Amino acid sequence: MNTNRDAFTLGPLESGPACCVPQPIIQVKNLSLRYGDKIALDNVTLDVFKGCITALIGPSGCGKTSFLSAINRLTDLIPGCSINGRILINGQDIHAANNNVQALRRNIGMVFQKPTPFPLSVRRNLSLPLNEHGVIKKSEVAAIIEQVLQDVGLWGEVCDRLDTPALSLSGGQQQRLCIARALALNPEILLMDEPCSALDPIASGVVEDLINRLQGRYTIVIVTHNLAQARRIANYAAFFWVRERTGQLIEFGRCQHIFESPNHELTAAFVNGHRG
Amino acid sequence: MFEMMQRIRELSVQSLVYLAALLVSAIFIWILSDLVRGGIAHLSWEFLTESPRDAGRAGGIASILVSTILILLVALVTAIPLAWATAVLLAEFIPITSLFGKVVRFSLYVLAGVPSIVFGLFGNAFFSIYLGLGFSILSGGLTLACMLLPILTATAEAGLRAVPDNYRLSSAALGMTRTAALIHLIVPAAAPALVAGLLIGIGRALAETAALLFTSGYVDRMPGSLLDSGRALALHIFDLSMNVPGGDAPAFAAALILVSLLLCINILAMKLAYDLQRRKMMI
Ligand SMILES: Nc1ncnc2c1ncn2[C@@H]1O[C@H](COP(=O)(O)OP(=O)(O)OP(=O)(O)O)[C@@H](O)[C@H]1O
Ligand SMILES: [Mg+2]
Repeated sequence: MNTNRDAFTLGPLESGPACCVPQPIIQVKNLSLRYGDKIALDNVTLDVFKGCITALIGPSGCGKTSFLSAINRLTDLIPGCSINGRILINGQDIHAANNNVQALRRNIGMVFQKPTPFPLSVRRNLSLPLNEHGVIKKSEVAAIIEQVLQDVGLWGEVCDRLDTPALSLSGGQQQRLCIARALALNPEILLMDEPCSALDPIASGVVEDLINRLQGRYTIVIVTHNLAQARRIANYAAFFWVRERTGQLIEFGRCQHIFESPNHELTAAFVNGHRG
Repeated sequence: MFEMMQRIRELSVQSLVYLAALLVSAIFIWILSDLVRGGIAHLSWEFLTESPRDAGRAGGIASILVSTILILLVALVTAIPLAWATAVLLAEFIPITSLFGKVVRFSLYVLAGVPSIVFGLFGNAFFSIYLGLGFSILSGGLTLACMLLPILTATAEAGLRAVPDNYRLSSAALGMTRTAALIHLIVPAAAPALVAGLLIGIGRALAETAALLFTSGYVDRMPGSLLDSGRALALHIFDLSMNVPGGDAPAFAAALILVSLLLCINILAMKLAYDLQRRKMMI
């Protein structure tokens, strides 16, 4: 066993009291999600705990991306997509009439599978969303830019070419820029949809280290097909499965628990690499 | 044997496509040289700065140029906002399956197929008579605007749709409003398509005769206001070559000016689009 891993988990499940009481920040209650008539997610109930990393694992098409997009209401943009059930963030229903979707999304950063920098300069990629949220003072914007680029370990690499096109960066740098762009808005929650899957192993390792360093400061929900990675970085894991073309949450619990002593045989088969 | 056949096929296809391309450029060069040959002798500074005399046999085309530009401006100033706003609605704000969108698209589609003489008759009945604008640059420009709507909307909608969806998703995920994404990301990315559509539209507008005959009319004096009648360049060329004996040389010269005007507008617009994109976007 990798001893290092315990540093990232909440510790053994059985022995001793937990160091802190897990405090739910996202509460998903009976969430069902459809695309037209097709049910992509059926009746998912799940709490995401504050300051922790929650990994979503499961086979392709089981609705992990759909689940993430429901949390920041990106599903609103998808024609034909409809949602049942409730999602509370800090106790607030995200679909409540008085909820401002821009403010909601500002509080929830999202990183996509493929790096999605805007075709603007590195600097403008970071300043545009800030400006749109009313952070206009040049010195303030510059300070935030430097701060978040430091946070993602990109400052040293790009500080002398902030005005070059973001698309001229390497894939790994672009992905870290996208993470920085999300962090610049100072969110509480980060949703990451397979952030490493388009990257080579080295770049992927850099991003993984970065995610590790973000733990505690942010609540992170990460989708990954890399089970070893999920195991290395996550505190909690949720296992989704697709049954009759409908995604379901099979099991949710401490990462260690899911990987070492799952309750469900499907989970056991999946994490041991027999299926999926 | 088989290889031989393949070689022959390869060669014949290659020579065919080259031949076709050669023919196409030959046609262009032929037309251009014809225009130059017929018109260059008649071309002079006075031709550009004087108004036509003796039904266009003498004098120049200054008043015609002014009318043409004014008609074009009226048409563009009216058509561009309407067309591009409609395109933004169709591409950005309503789903492609929406009934309203389908109705709008269908009406534009039908409008695109209407012959220009019908636009002319409509413009005459509506703008000239019903709205009382008479034979005027305003009537002509507004009629042209109706003609340009379908092409401007269709090209703009296609251009906006071609912008990758991830700009929309990632900007929304950052809590940016749709308007902000539109202004800062989507329109700049679609700018070349918008300009390309605009150029096609300008080309159509400058070439138009039938729609203008009954709306802006054919008075060849210098227009004093938008409510005066004014003769468009294409109409002038048509008139010179069909109705005016001895009008061939000025017709050729005027045609040469028309083609050069189109070329200039093309180059200018392309440069503008390029600059805009360079400044706004970093591609
Ligand atoms: N925009 C859409 N329209 C219609 N169906 C969709 C759409 N997006 C996803 N689906 C369907 O919903 C189901 C879940 O998709 P989703 O992308 O959430 O899966 P996933 O778990 O993220 O898969 P992967 O691991 O391959 O990314 C799939 O069957 C998919 O075909
Ligand atoms: Mg996915």
